[in-house]
Amino acid sequence: MNCPECDAKLNIPDDASVGEIVSCPDCGADFEISKKEGSNIELKQAESVGEDWGE
Amino acid sequence: MSKISIVFDRLRTEEKMLQKEAAALGHTAVMLDAKITQINTDSKKEDLDLGDVVLERCVSYFRGLHFTSALEFLDIPVLNKFDVASICGNKMFMTLLLKKNNIPTPKTYFSFSSESATDNLEKVGYPLVIKPVIGSWGRGVMQIVDKDAMDAIVEIRDITDSPHDRIYYLQKVVKRPPRDIRIITIGDEPIAAMYRKSSGGFKTNIALGADPEICEITKEMEEMAIKASKAMGGGILGIDMMEDEERGIVVHEVNNTVEFKGLARVSQRNIPKEMVKFALDYVRK
Repeated sequence: MNCPECDAKLNIPDDASVGEIVSCPDCGADFEISKKEGSNIELKQAESVGEDWGE
Repeated sequence: MSKISIVFDRLRTEEKMLQKEAAALGHTAVMLDAKITQINTDSKKEDLDLGDVVLERCVSYFRGLHFTSALEFLDIPVLNKFDVASICGNKMFMTLLLKKNNIPTPKTYFSFSSESATDNLEKVGYPLVIKPVIGSWGRGVMQIVDKDAMDAIVEIRDITDSPHDRIYYLQKVVKRPPRDIRIITIGDEPIAAMYRKSSGGFKTNIALGADPEICEITKEMEEMAIKASKAMGGGILGIDMMEDEERGIVVHEVNNTVEFKGLARVSQRNIPKEMVKFALDYVRK
């Protein structure tokens, strides 16, 4: 699967789950896995860090 | 066999560790993305089918807090409880509750406008540490060493002007070794601890690159962690302490959705396993 931003190849582990974040090794953009059915994976733009994020 | 749900908004190593340990204990673990879950005033507990207990693990404080309120409305047991999450997510509320319970904590000044905060700082003197009342990972935490630094912060806050920018939380600088202590408590029991060593500046947040090192829990640390956990209302917490050269151990923060992947690597106790066991015991009581 390629990066929707820069078209570089994304490395998505086989055991990755819906909700996990994958980062593009080239442009650094973050994507969230929104759907995963076998090898069919859909991504959406990951949320950026919010003021209230943390522990 | 029981069923436990893990509510998340960003699936991190910690949530996957919890899922794995629940499965290893023979329970069903449901992963629920808060961002795509819908609840309304007519919703019923059965509609969500979240099992026996929920671990709320959202990285966004407000999302997790509001989601927790909905779960409690539906009478679904959730950890941490709304009241605990609400207090621990706000540094001012948390500090006041520590002090109210006679737990040593750094002296902290509260002001409710930039003018008042500036006046107070001139009165009590520099340096003080300013912390946003909401937020984590050391973001926005700065030492104010002089009036120029304070003026710069006031100017930035007056521009951004979010509701919490109007609340000024200024804390005395604690003389201590360049490290702090994080203790994870589960059901008021200290489970594991680590030193977080500064990676150069005065901050010791792991998120900023501080070096974690296993810490043996002394009697004093243990007593302080138990007191702090009880003061907040219990559950699963991350208690942060400093070794004040003048006062001994002081508790400066209690965290709600505690991160533990670093500590889990070196801890003798299986932290996610203890969390799952505690959550299920919590509903059996």
